[in-house]
Amino acid sequence: MSETVFYILAGFILIFSVLTVTSRRILRTAVYLFFVLLGTCGFFFAMEFNFLGAVQLTVYAGGIVVIIIFSIMLTSDLQDKLEAAGVSKIFFSLLAVTAGAAVCISTILSYKFPALTNNVLDSSMNTIGLRLLGYQENGFVLPFEVISILLLAAMIGSIIIAKKADVNK
Amino acid sequence: MPEGIGIQHFLILSTLMFFIGVYGFLTRKNLITILLSVELILNSVNINFVAINKYLYPENLGGHFFAMFVIAIAATEVAVAIAIIISLYRKLKMIDVENVNEMKY
Repeated sequence: MSETVFYILAGFILIFSVLTVTSRRILRTAVYLFFVLLGTCGFFFAMEFNFLGAVQLTVYAGGIVVIIIFSIMLTSDLQDKLEAAGVSKIFFSLLAVTAGAAVCISTILSYKFPALTNNVLDSSMNTIGLRLLGYQENGFVLPFEVISILLLAAMIGSIIIAKKADVNK
Repeated sequence: MPEGIGIQHFLILSTLMFFIGVYGFLTRKNLITILLSVELILNSVNINFVAINKYLYPENLGGHFFAMFVIAIAATEVAVAIAIIISLYRKLKMIDVENVNEMKY
């Protein structure tokens, strides 16, 4: 990845992140989030994590954003503007956020990262599949199975929460 | 290895994105926009994991799989949160955080 590509993608992501948290039209915030997710996906592809980029594109940008837009259309009046936060709230939030960001960035800049010794990144589909279902060292079969149960539980839970209350009860 | 781009670039980018998300989380009142801010935070963490995998530990794909599991957890979180938001809307006809203390009783 060349420097130009990095800065273009980073600027794209940061501009749309700021728009996501400041825009006062609710449907537009979801669309701005979609662009942020697309930019992140670009980073994954540029770093040769092709499978992760595809997962990001289908699950995040395809699935989650569509669910969010559906729920916005179900619950909000699209003509309304969101209520702006109070001045003191904005001030104190900005204070906390800049303080946190300053601490993190100064730590990152002062830490000496070790130089890379071997530079072989194998992110082919074959390796990913073997690792994901492997139970030897560096295998991820346990979290893979646990997360399948979590997905099932979340699906049943959200159906039960969102269904209409029984009228005859 | 991408020439010219250090790992610090990626870490600073994801720090900025994380704190933009935190700002949205603190100032927004509508539940769905708060959810969007949480998505922003999770996404910045994904960039972090992937950059560390790429630059520091390229031999085992730990960061890659962590980012994948974070995406899966984010999907479940959104599903449950939106179920709660919709059932709240059915009850209260609005979804601002001030009214959600109704859930306590």
